[in-house]
Amino acid sequence: MHDNEHASHHHEESFIRKYIFSLDHKMIGKQFLIYGLIMFFVGGGLALLFRWQLAYPEKPLPVIGASPQYLEEGEVVTGVDKMWERIYESEKEEWLEVNMPNGVIEPAFYNMLFTMHATIMVFFVVVPILVGAFGNFLIPLMIGTRDMAFPVLNMLSFWLAVVAAIVMAIGFFVPGGHAAAGWTGYAPLSSDPQWTGVDWGQNLWAISLLIQGFSSLVGSINYITTIINMRAPGMTFFRMPLVIWSLFIVAILLLLAFPVLSSALALLIFDRLAGTTFFTATAEGGGDPLLWQHLFWFFGHPEVYILILPGMGIASELIPVFSRKPVFGYRSMVYAMIAIAFLGWIVWGHHMFQSGMRPALGSAFMTTTMLIAVPSAIKTFNWLGTMFRGSIRFTTPMLHAIAFVSMFVIGGLSGIYMANTPVDIFIHDTYYIVAHIHYVVFGGSLFAIFGGIVFWFPKMYGRYMNDTLSKIHFWLTFAAFNCTFFPMHILGVGGHMRRISNPMQYEFLQTFEGMNIFITMSAFTLGFAQLILVFNFFWSIYRGKVAEKNPWHVNTLEWEAPTPVPHGNFGQIPTVYRGPYEYSVPGEEADWIPQAQPEHVPATSGD
Amino acid sequence: MLQWLPENVSTFGQGVDNLFTLIYWITVVVFIAVMATLITFLIKYRHREGHRAEYIEGSTTLEIVWTAATTLIVFGLAMLSLPQWNKIKSPTDFPENPDVVVQVSGKQFNWDMTYPGPDNELGTDDDLELENELHVPVDAVVHIRLTAEDVIHSFFVPQLRLKQDALPNRFIDVWFKAIKAGRYEIPCAELCGFGHSGMLGYLNVHTQADYDAWVKERWPQ
Ligand code: HEM
Ligand SMILES: [Cu+2]
Ligand SMILES: [Cu+2]
Repeated sequence: MHDNEHASHHHEESFIRKYIFSLDHKMIGKQFLIYGLIMFFVGGGLALLFRWQLAYPEKPLPVIGASPQYLEEGEVVTGVDKMWERIYESEKEEWLEVNMPNGVIEPAFYNMLFTMHATIMVFFVVVPILVGAFGNFLIPLMIGTRDMAFPVLNMLSFWLAVVAAIVMAIGFFVPGGHAAAGWTGYAPLSSDPQWTGVDWGQNLWAISLLIQGFSSLVGSINYITTIINMRAPGMTFFRMPLVIWSLFIVAILLLLAFPVLSSALALLIFDRLAGTTFFTATAEGGGDPLLWQHLFWFFGHPEVYILILPGMGIASELIPVFSRKPVFGYRSMVYAMIAIAFLGWIVWGHHMFQSGMRPALGSAFMTTTMLIAVPSAIKTFNWLGTMFRGSIRFTTPMLHAIAFVSMFVIGGLSGIYMANTPVDIFIHDTYYIVAHIHYVVFGGSLFAIFGGIVFWFPKMYGRYMNDTLSKIHFWLTFAAFNCTFFPMHILGVGGHMRRISNPMQYEFLQTFEGMNIFITMSAFTLGFAQLILVFNFFWSIYRGKVAEKNPWHVNTLEWEAPTPVPHGNFGQIPTVYRGPYEYSVPGEEADWIPQAQPEHVPATSGD
Repeated sequence: MLQWLPENVSTFGQGVDNLFTLIYWITVVVFIAVMATLITFLIKYRHREGHRAEYIEGSTTLEIVWTAATTLIVFGLAMLSLPQWNKIKSPTDFPENPDVVVQVSGKQFNWDMTYPGPDNELGTDDDLELENELHVPVDAVVHIRLTAEDVIHSFFVPQLRLKQDALPNRFIDVWFKAIKAGRYEIPCAELCGFGHSGMLGYLNVHTQADYDAWVKERWPQ
């Protein structure tokens, strides 16, 4: 660590500067990570509530549900019955009484649960972790600079996200309940309170997403500026690690896509509060419900790629490191991401095949959507190529990367069915879509997130996560994930609609009762497995084994910085001599050559 | 997987199922090939003492091959589905001179079926409005004018392989020809409020004789 001695002889920072209103990109990254993990539990908890209803419709929830005796004869037998008794006797309309009398989920509450589950997972978990946490932590370290271009904006980005989360949380407790029109908020269900009875819930939903949009904008401007202007000497664009490429592209997508959602949300708020009719077709003319869908999906499809590109980037870091090989087709990986970023703008109509949009447009969107499957396939083949003739180490991060690739393959292939307009007629708005979403976002993005957390934890916190717990978490998650979401393809093929609270109301869905119960049990296991992750995470921050500087023998610059990384990151800014994936170079003794190692000096192992 | 599809009872449904089957086999083959390759690599190239990874940066030939192959497959699929899609959804391709025309309107949380009656005109005295019950003859071309009164709903008949959103203040035409008599469910497939789950109508496909009797009963003249 000789060259890093004078790293940062800054003044001691106050607690508030260091941990709360921090300007340091690493601390902000960790703040986003913990923020995302907390929201992950909120979002997951909501899902378990509605999964219960789907398996056991109209049955009281475990723990807080009333006993059968109480339900049938009003006889108070358990402490919980007493609680319900008190609630019914009270003058006030209690929250529990409105939403789940006796512990049975009301249909309106059910709609709110899945709406908020998806909203939270997309906007408050996956994006904050992938973009907020990994983006902040990795960008300056991996391109070799001391911080983001605009540290104050960076802090603002995090605190705006906190404000957005608080506004979103308040929505649960306003009269009329929270937004219940789906995460896609289709108008006029969302734009006119008379159709749902939801009043300020939907307004707060929109306002919170507007704030979250500002947070993303501020963050993305920062990322773009930093990556363009602050790369270390020698760090050309084509020497950048692929995860940095992915974050760069995502920042551009965020910058261009979010304003579209913000505009749509603003119009929605006008419709709801100012009496405009942008999204309502009135007899005198006025607006059009399909306008909302076009605006939403013009944002929404780039958004789903925002959810996956950094995951692809993370996988593209982990696979070469643990195969000890250069990434296969580095440039084609970059071009594939750029292609996705361009094509992502002209496929939004594939969410609207059955919406009443002109059928000819459907054909056009089918063609562009089929095209976007091509770069996804290219990436998959390149990951396989990276493992070809490698020397693969099955570390926990690598297991997650392998899971990422295989789950992404399933999610990509299921996309082909839906891209096919005639087939989509049948599976649109069924559980097939739900299966697809979860294979790409949970199977894809979340496995990448888990792998990334275990991989970079030693650099973030200076300690290792407990490997046994990490492995148990991986295998449990992998098994429970597939048991939860694979059967949803079958439900979809059976025609099982999404967003219904009681499948048993339909004759043709009776056969799926057992499958729904199985899915719910798997979902509870999946939820339980995440407790292991969180326990391991927080325990390891304090108790984990102390990590060395570069435990996985990685070439990229973040591992040049001392552990724990000081304020300012590097003693001297490193100079970059080569690409990020020079592993097992012939003629070299070590199987890795760090990017910052000058030419012709044999590599030594990390200290 | 495909055995879970509900029975098909429409003339165009078989075309949808054929595409479904084709894509199913393509994706199964691709999936198995990719997984087999992955697992082979994982076993064959696992880390062993003394073995070193081979320095391979990529292969332009391979990149071109797999880009071209994927493009061909997905484009081929798109081309195959175009006629099928137009047949089901393009009003210009619909069979002309329908035997039955019905207006179906979604409203929280029912399907309103309006028959124009003997004069074939909607909005006249002989119109017949039914809640949640649609009656049609088997082997006959049915045109549906789909609309909604409040929010978006979606007219879904799994056995017909037909789904179409219904929008307020817009009339969207769909058609079908059922090939088997029976009673089929018409769930709403688009979230439309707290009563969305359970919003359910029925499609009664009668034999021609039964249908004639039904018509006679409704419009006795
Ligand atoms: C191979 C590439 C892909 C293709 C061809 C594809 C195709 C589609 C199509 C056609 C739909 C609309 C289906 C419908 O509603 O009827 C859809 C929905 C969706 N896709 Fe993909 N997709 C692909 C990859 C991805 C990726 C990588 C992600 C995100 C990480 C993603 C996330 C989603 C989500 C969230 C929805 C559902 C939105 C909703 O209705 O709630 N997809 N996809
Ligand atoms: Cu999309
Ligand atoms: Cu509905």
